[in-house]
Amino acid sequence: MTARGSAARRRLVSSIMTGACACAVVVALVPLGLVLAYIASKGIGSLDLAFFTQLPKPHGETGGGMANAIVGSLKLIGLASALAVPVGVLSGIYIAEYPGSPLASIGRLAADVLNGIPSIVVGIFAYGLVVLPMRRFSAIAGAVALAIMMVPIVTRSTEELIKLVPASLREAGLALGATRARVTFGIILPAAFPGILTGILVAVSRIAGETAPLLFTAFNNQFWSPGIDQPTASLTVQIYSYAISPYDDLHRQAWAGAFVLVVMVLTISMLARLATRRLERMRIG
Amino acid sequence: MTLTRCSLPAAAALFLMGALAASAFAQTVQLNGAGATFPAPIYTKWFSEYHKLHPNVQINYQAIGSGGGIRQITERTVDFGATDGPMTVEQIQAAPGILHFPTVLGAVVPIYNVPGVDVELKFTGPLLADIFMGKVTKWNDAAIAAVNQGMTLPATDIAVVHRSEGSGTTYIFADYLAKVSPEWKKSVGVAAALKWPTGVGGKGNDGVAGQVKQQPGAIGYVELIYAVQNKIDFGTVQNSAGKFVKASLAGVTSAAAVAVGSMPRDFRVSITNAPGDATYPITSFTWLLVYEKQKDKEKGKILTEFMRWMLTEGQKMTEDLSYAPLPKGVVDMEMSALEKVK
Amino acid sequence: MLRKRGDDGAFRIWTGLFALLVAVIVLGIGFELWRHSRLPIEKFGFGFWTGTDWDPVQEEFGALPFIWGTLYSSLIAIVLATPIALGIAIYIVEIAPSGLRKPLAFLTELLASIPSIVYGLWGIFFLVPFVRAIETAVAGTPLHRLPLFSGPPYGIGMLAAGLILTIMVTPFISSVAREVLRAVPMAQREAAYALGATRWEAIKVALRFGRTGIFGAVVLGLGRAIGETMAVTMLIGNNPQVSTSLFAPQYSMAAVIANEFSEASGDVYLGALFEIGLVLFVITLLINTASRLLIWSTARAPSRRPAPVKPAAAEAA
Repeated sequence: MTARGSAARRRLVSSIMTGACACAVVVALVPLGLVLAYIASKGIGSLDLAFFTQLPKPHGETGGGMANAIVGSLKLIGLASALAVPVGVLSGIYIAEYPGSPLASIGRLAADVLNGIPSIVVGIFAYGLVVLPMRRFSAIAGAVALAIMMVPIVTRSTEELIKLVPASLREAGLALGATRARVTFGIILPAAFPGILTGILVAVSRIAGETAPLLFTAFNNQFWSPGIDQPTASLTVQIYSYAISPYDDLHRQAWAGAFVLVVMVLTISMLARLATRRLERMRIG
Repeated sequence: MTLTRCSLPAAAALFLMGALAASAFAQTVQLNGAGATFPAPIYTKWFSEYHKLHPNVQINYQAIGSGGGIRQITERTVDFGATDGPMTVEQIQAAPGILHFPTVLGAVVPIYNVPGVDVELKFTGPLLADIFMGKVTKWNDAAIAAVNQGMTLPATDIAVVHRSEGSGTTYIFADYLAKVSPEWKKSVGVAAALKWPTGVGGKGNDGVAGQVKQQPGAIGYVELIYAVQNKIDFGTVQNSAGKFVKASLAGVTSAAAVAVGSMPRDFRVSITNAPGDATYPITSFTWLLVYEKQKDKEKGKILTEFMRWMLTEGQKMTEDLSYAPLPKGVVDMEMSALEKVK
Repeated sequence: MLRKRGDDGAFRIWTGLFALLVAVIVLGIGFELWRHSRLPIEKFGFGFWTGTDWDPVQEEFGALPFIWGTLYSSLIAIVLATPIALGIAIYIVEIAPSGLRKPLAFLTELLASIPSIVYGLWGIFFLVPFVRAIETAVAGTPLHRLPLFSGPPYGIGMLAAGLILTIMVTPFISSVAREVLRAVPMAQREAAYALGATRWEAIKVALRFGRTGIFGAVVLGLGRAIGETMAVTMLIGNNPQVSTSLFAPQYSMAAVIANEFSEASGDVYLGALFEIGLVLFVITLLINTASRLLIWSTARAPSRRPAPVKPAAAEAA
């Protein structure tokens, strides 16, 4: 902060450095632009009706599609949410309602730790936990792996959202003689709901793009997967196996898949963002 | 607020309906198999055709490499495995009651991507061993030129591409190299997962083919159909009679003919470097791994029905994909062995 | 507490159970990883981490190449990403005109939303040929003789993996650094300006104030880079060797698990992979805890920020 050298020199340094920061922004946006442009140009051109409606063809034949992979991904996301949302919301409620208790601190810490665990490690854990005892790769195993990754996000956002609900609401309910449970589920949760939904959507957008935890759990399938106890194709794993193959047609399908995946993830993120903005407007207004 | 309130239950209901509809597939029987990428083109073709004939049977095959096939069938997380490297004694002990059933014959070819070279290169066994051990590092090395007289090769670095995971294709290739190069046998050995002296690892036959296709100067080894389908150059290999043979149905069938007389009861046999002028030296059977005692009787029945179809009708489809059908003698042996699987 | 409201007990117990479940999951993961690692731990002990031989045939497993590859690629990512991420954060918080702030923040978040597999796909078809071209060009110069740039120009290898990690890690560091900078009190900057500082000098004051948090952001990025699997697996070359060369194909901890887990036959081989998973678990645990402590010391988490002052009317039922 001391004046070193002439004022003009200091101003020059300032201009250079602020310019460098602007450059950093450009440098970061270049790969973003390249990636999005590549996906859009190669992906859109590769989409055809067959992609959405057909099953993969035998190894090496051209044509076919990722219909089962798209449905499989949706199934996995749905199952994972069904598992993660109750766990995340209820644990978030506890941590928010009893913030002083040791269990709340443990829960919060555990959620943070869970958030940072690499997805491949979660995958091998789910293999040991579900696939081995069941003696089968299955959609439920994949869903368990994805759910484990969703829980911390849902827990934290539930906790934060419930804390934001004004204390007066809770106190009013309790004063009127309602039980804690009634107050939480009848008053507080509905008030916090848009924010919690945002948290769920953020969690979904995170796992929708995951590949590693599915490699040893949901495995893959060339056909439709009946029920939830069979190996399931997923968009991400399919893109992976096509990307490293030598067949040009499979590369084409991989781009199409990547395009669909990116659109899916961005749409969910967008929805989450819209819900956040709505929430902020509700709070301020 | 009402919109979000209504949309969530609506979405849940939709999903539930979809799940119920999906589980209406319940009368379809699904068999799951995993293993070798070497025969993946013909296996997936078979399963697809079989599904057309029997729409309620879905056989899902995932090509994750022979190592994966052996491991998953050992843990019984799949209904059958597939491998091109026969299980070792220890592996069989870990999976009591496992049976090997040969399905087709295939060839492993040396693929390469040398800038400016579009013709067939010749390779001797020891030369291949030296390249893959990292002792020959440039394409214009004297050792390569000695075998390929009259050809000018560029000074590009040789980029070795091998398998990153346990692979039957690796096993076949290493099995051949150990027979023709004592140094390979001593320093690298024969197994599905090797400690490679050099190179990059590709995942599956696909990964190796893909890597070689994109990398100038690369050399790798894949099953014949992968080179053919992707129009990747592959060279001729010198066989035990001294002739340079390009992999083809004829060369593979010639190697198989040798095996018929000496096929052991458990079908675990190596036919690399087989005798004969027209024999292609890097040839092998590939096997399905099936338990003698099937835990799920219904699935066991469907599996054996498929295998009988595979040994008769299925064998007619192999040549289109450059795999050689099994010799009749072997088919007969297998048919009787299948009786044991219940 | 349980007896205070007669029917509160059940609520507290049930929700408490779920909070406990989260902790049980974490402990369960750690326990499972440890349990499956017992064999190689007994067999190799600490030598597992210094050995360089990854030999499934001989059942000799040394994991040094994977640690090396993970740390090397992550280091490249951090070295390249930190200045860029900080530059972005500074620009958005301190320099950009207010209309540009939201769109720029949005675009950096976009970088973070792209799935890892898509980065891998783009990496194979765009980044690798690009890196190969650079490597071929360098190979023609005297630089090629340096160990850092030695080896054939594969394209695939440490450099490609490091670059893709850089791209993936930048938005994480940047968004946390942004939060940290925003939490720096305006008074700090105003004091600097009052004393005649230039723009950059005032920014330096803010950076200084938030340096612990920014360091935490970098550590967070490191944790992210260490755990990244798919994009690295597709670009790093899958060769378990310890090499200083950027051109050399190498291996990382997450990549070897992804490639070899489904087919590691034999209890020792599988156990070795689980042990690598265990170490990944412990490392990311430590890094994330450290980064969180560092970040919270400067930037207060949103729930701890003093609530905006609202007129009493808004609060009344």
